[in-house]
Amino acid sequence: MQFTINGRAFEADVDIRTSLLDLCREHLDLTGAKKGCDHGQCGACTMLINGRRVNSCLTLAVMHQEDEIITIEGVGDPQGLHPLQHAFVRHDAYQCGYCTPGQICSAIGMLDEIKKGWPSHVSADLSSPVFDDQEISERMSGNLCRCAAYTNVVDAIREVADSAANDRTADEKDKVMADEVMA
Amino acid sequence: MDPFTNSLTMDKPCPQSLLDTGVQGSISRPFDRVDGPKKVSGKATYAAEYDVPDLAYGFLVGSRIGAGRVVSIDADAVRSLPGVIDVVTDFDRFIRVAGQGGETEAPTQGVKTITSRGEIIAIVVAETYEAARDAALQLPVNYEREGGAFDFAAHRNEANAPPDGVTPAHASQGDIEKAMAEADVSIDVTYVTPSQNSAAMEPHASIAVWEQDGSLTLYGAYQMPTSDASQLADALGLPSEKVRIISRYIGGGFGSKLGIAPESVAAAIAAKQIGRPVKAVMARQQVFEATVRRSNTEQRLRLAATADGTLTAIGHESLVSNQPGEDFFEPVGIGTHMIYAAENRLITHEQVPLNFVLSGSMRAPGEAVGMVGLECAMDELAEQLGMDPIELRRINDTSIDPEKGVPFSSRCLTGALDEGARRFGWDRRQAPASRRDGEWWIGMGMASSVRGNMLMESSAKVEIHPDGSATVSSAMTDIGTGSYTILAQIASEILGIPVWQISLSLGDTNDPPAAGSGGSWGAGSSGSAVYLACETLREKLATAMGVETSALTLKDGQAIAANRSQPIGELVGEGIAAVGKIKPGKQEEETTQASFGAHFAEVAVNSVTGEVRVRRMLGVFAAGRVLNAKTARSQCLGGMTFGIGTALTEELVHDRRDGKLVNRDLAEYHIPVNADVPQLDVHFLRERDIHANPIHAKGIGELGISGAAPAIANAIYNACGIRVRDFPITLDKLLAKLPDPN
Repeated sequence: MQFTINGRAFEADVDIRTSLLDLCREHLDLTGAKKGCDHGQCGACTMLINGRRVNSCLTLAVMHQEDEIITIEGVGDPQGLHPLQHAFVRHDAYQCGYCTPGQICSAIGMLDEIKKGWPSHVSADLSSPVFDDQEISERMSGNLCRCAAYTNVVDAIREVADSAANDRTADEKDKVMADEVMA
Repeated sequence: MDPFTNSLTMDKPCPQSLLDTGVQGSISRPFDRVDGPKKVSGKATYAAEYDVPDLAYGFLVGSRIGAGRVVSIDADAVRSLPGVIDVVTDFDRFIRVAGQGGETEAPTQGVKTITSRGEIIAIVVAETYEAARDAALQLPVNYEREGGAFDFAAHRNEANAPPDGVTPAHASQGDIEKAMAEADVSIDVTYVTPSQNSAAMEPHASIAVWEQDGSLTLYGAYQMPTSDASQLADALGLPSEKVRIISRYIGGGFGSKLGIAPESVAAAIAAKQIGRPVKAVMARQQVFEATVRRSNTEQRLRLAATADGTLTAIGHESLVSNQPGEDFFEPVGIGTHMIYAAENRLITHEQVPLNFVLSGSMRAPGEAVGMVGLECAMDELAEQLGMDPIELRRINDTSIDPEKGVPFSSRCLTGALDEGARRFGWDRRQAPASRRDGEWWIGMGMASSVRGNMLMESSAKVEIHPDGSATVSSAMTDIGTGSYTILAQIASEILGIPVWQISLSLGDTNDPPAAGSGGSWGAGSSGSAVYLACETLREKLATAMGVETSALTLKDGQAIAANRSQPIGELVGEGIAAVGKIKPGKQEEETTQASFGAHFAEVAVNSVTGEVRVRRMLGVFAAGRVLNAKTARSQCLGGMTFGIGTALTEELVHDRRDGKLVNRDLAEYHIPVNADVPQLDVHFLRERDIHANPIHAKGIGELGISGAAPAIANAIYNACGIRVRDFPITLDKLLAKLPDPN
């Protein structure tokens, strides 16, 4: 089978039962996407397929030979972080880090959905949803985080998506935290 | 050159700390995690992600009966399936249950006997994951059902006292019956909490690799690699030094990865048998069924008080459950021993033997659920007294341990209550069921927080290299807690070397042994070991400069003394190294050590549906020195969110026929999601604890959960006037009693 992942061509000879997640993790050495449940319940495996976020554990690799697949490795690396990756670091929007690649891929897809005007359960006006914390929380609820960095995940996404000054930027938060505990 | 050694047993307080005299400015600063860029780019390597050549895939097989024995396994039925290499079992050495934290011997072994549904009895090994899974699900197993107790209510009368654990099974002082009879006001209520699961995002996973010399390397997801290597070696019949565990990154633990889990022994035995490395990752359902749960609890709370609110008696009698013959019990009353003064006290634990998945540690064993009963009962007592619940707690605060009679090493309970009340706007709280916002009832609640502080024997090595950089190495782990970052900050502060020039090696048993991550002891224990190593290195640098240690200033990679400034790297020759070792000592008996805090919650209860939304929460905490303001805050946010789960959503449901976990996945076991959690606030009080350790820090990872759930429950009562004593507080428990919205 042939795949295009992170702009690179891959060939793999895999069982047709192989999920897209297992293809990446077990055959292509792309272990950034995580397996938390293998049932589409936790979101740790989220990838972008043709720009849309997908639980990669719930879809078979064989179905995606014509698709553009982006995993966290294609979003950015430590030497060149994507703005969302950088914001997750600055806001401590993770702890153990296991759900994090999925959270970041999901956030990229989610922001695009808002931009396209797709409504969510909490959108007051279904024809033109607004960008606010409630929309972020609702739309990111498919990505579980047991360390519970949710508060910081929302802050990180907001800072990247809405660069207009607000008082919960990473710099502002750092200053408050430092003042509180440092002599 | 052999490293220097610096050992300290905490027999005496340590009033001076190099972290107060350092001038690097690293300590306490809200540094971003040093491992952050790797984590956000998918480059951090978790247990199942090592690229090992010639790897075979294992899929575990769990028992489909709740109690009895395995008669036969028909391995031949699946051996011929495409890709299958072998079906491996070892009825003697496979572990029947997961290990408990800190144990150095194997957990109960032998899987011919089934003591709970889902017990791991075999592993199918294949060339691919898909082939292994398919064969494992088809493997025919014949069982004989026998006995088994699967219903808590039906077996509660068989409860008996377990052996003492981290807290005594039974403790009493004075005469609670007399105090209750003579009290101006008293409370006698029963609270119930269900079984829970840690549900760390990374499932338990092992890659077992046998080396040429007969030793085993296991890439695993473990919180305590040093003791886990001993458990694993004992299970396999090897000397401990023949087992190396590597756990560089762990995708959360919350107690569930303190001891070894069944996949490790299965992978090791299978790898030996087929002569190839084997990877075994538990399916999420197997994590629920075959690792550990937090026990369900039934707690009788009795409080007696004089009319002015002085407690005269506290009774906290708990029923918990575990498998027959297992000693661990959920130490429900552990916080009750020390949080409030009262002359007459009775704190007991009785174990109901049940064939459920093993009970073990989950974040703040004891306090997480024990404070639910105690702090809700305190709220009930305050109402009977007609007293503000904060005032009731303030009156009963104590600087002396009410049972042992020794002072607390440091204790800021009242400080946390007062600061929290001010920040939260507690004065705006109204009478129950009197505040509305549209169709929602709005209420505020609070609860105290306490978590015992522990110091565990730990060691760490610190090296300074000729280029002026440094390396910290220890078998300590970072399970998301921030160990990599805070250990770098401690070394940086004392050695005057910038954090970015300090590299770390954690989670490898080839490095100096450590207690690992559990019980909130990680930072204090490993941090002290790093401190001690750096203390010695600082002395060596002073000697190299030819000055007294007290005259030396280390900053930004320079050693400064006697009007000279020299790069630190130039003072170390080929490099110098020191090992720091910390041990608990007499301070543990001479003081009672704990972190304290207070939780505040505002909730909305829907007047039509009974749905509960947490609107805002504040936690104020005092845990000694905060080593990194950012990672410490995150630990508290995580604990508070666990509290939201305990209060509102988390409940393992056991089938009363065979103990099967009905909701053994993340769609049915409801941990809080993003939309369940509002913007949470955390505030730290300034505190130093000179009795705890030389870095003056106490545990923080479990403080955030202690008291969080009862604060929410008390807010629900304040919102709608309904007292639910059966957790979690789901809407069905509110619906029938909701007040008339008009």
